[in-house]
Amino acid sequence: MPRKISNRIEQHPILTFTKGRLVKFYFEGREIEGYENEPIAAALIANGIKVFRITEKMKRPRGFFCAVGKCSSCLMMVDSKPNVMVCVEPLKEGMKVERQIGRGKLI
Amino acid sequence: MKNINAEYEIIIVGGGPAGLSAAAIAAELGAKIAIIDDNPIVGGQLIKQTHKFFGSKSHYCGVRGIDIAKILDKKIHPAPISTTECKDDKKSKDTLTPFENRCGVRHPNITLLLDASVVGYYEDNILGVLQKDKFIKLYASKIIFATGAAENLIAFPNNDLPGVYGAGAVQTLMNVHGVLPGKRGLMVGSGNIGLIVSYQMMQAGIEVVALIEILDKIGGYNVHAAKLRRLGVPIFVSHTIKYATGKDFVTGAVIARVNKKFQPIKGTDRRLKVDMICLAVGLTPLSELLYQAGCDVIYMPELGGNVAWHNENMETSKKGIFVAGDASGIEEASTAMLEGRIAGASAYESHYGKNPKAQEIIQHANKELEEIRQGPFGTKPRLGKEKLSKITFQH
Repeated sequence: MPRKISNRIEQHPILTFTKGRLVKFYFEGREIEGYENEPIAAALIANGIKVFRITEKMKRPRGFFCAVGKCSSCLMMVDSKPNVMVCVEPLKEGMKVERQIGRGKLI
Repeated sequence: MKNINAEYEIIIVGGGPAGLSAAAIAAELGAKIAIIDDNPIVGGQLIKQTHKFFGSKSHYCGVRGIDIAKILDKKIHPAPISTTECKDDKKSKDTLTPFENRCGVRHPNITLLLDASVVGYYEDNILGVLQKDKFIKLYASKIIFATGAAENLIAFPNNDLPGVYGAGAVQTLMNVHGVLPGKRGLMVGSGNIGLIVSYQMMQAGIEVVALIEILDKIGGYNVHAAKLRRLGVPIFVSHTIKYATGKDFVTGAVIARVNKKFQPIKGTDRRLKVDMICLAVGLTPLSELLYQAGCDVIYMPELGGNVAWHNENMETSKKGIFVAGDASGIEEASTAMLEGRIAGASAYESHYGKNPKAQEIIQHANKELEEIRQGPFGTKPRLGKEKLSKITFQH
């Protein structure tokens, strides 16, 4: 059973959120759920995942920061491709998302 | 021209309030234009601004940012078609915007390139554009850069931990994607963005533990600050963040009172248990492409950083290149829309020659800008723009 999505806004005084269909994808091999075409980062944060990568030299954890594909804080490995800006990359069914360690690996 | 994918009379880089306003004017006057934006939808930062705007009626007073985005979107998609028709129209679906008026038919003079980043300016007004991993080269007789701004970061230990976000990022996550960036937040900065985003965080269900401001008074409108106070949010002026705590992500923050030199005063440390720190400490104009295009770029603190010099027609020191919105100096969406109108009309005139209708638009918008900048929050940009106008170039 995938873990229940918890960090979603259920009720909002002004906004209603229209979402794509609920799809399964993988984070570090674990099956979780998100909405199709929302940024991968949004789906991860909704699942309580905050650390997106570990920096190369100082081994510092990094996560979501600018949300608009400008700052490079959120680079992850997506379907074995390194340096994907997950704050703007749309989520697709079955995607394999992994924390990027340093510069990531090209397989 | 050789090796060019497409040619336009005017290319507008950026589909936010400035870019869309420029597009609507230039297209209406009759220019063949293209709008390039790196987002999947137009509207820029308006799409996450749920608050109602201030100002006069002609500046969309009382209208929420999200609705202004729809109004602007409608201006570039003026002719309505029925919803049922639109749903069946699979061909154009990719290029439609997800607003409710998305079924409008695009203005015939406007080409819209979404998910497309301008990655370089080449000589002879050629722009290199990366669209969905495909590189294309576009030529335009005139270019308007309405590239907007980037958020500032401040230095403190652990400011790189996950959980430290820009205020714009928090807005995007909450108001566009419906996801909570945290449960308990600290807001740094009491300008209008800090105040408004704090309120929006509460609307989304986040507890705002404190709002701090390094200056001895609140930066933004008192109306917004009063709203927060009524909801019980403590606002600490003359306070700074010393450091964030946490190993893998933010678990707390230490704030302290500052002296007149903005240095923390010993013994005033206050430990806050928070899982997010939101930075609303200003914006910097995005001038890189203008710099690359050969425009004279000048450091102007009143305008937020390095901006391309421009005259009252929003033309830069390089003929045929225009700038509008936050890229020409940090201000508001209302001024960005007026500057966009000016840039759109000027770029049209630059291509087609003098035109009475364009002249009228420019004069009218300049008058309105002057009015807005008479207000208390218009002093800084007004000074910055005045300083710019006094600079002359040899070439």
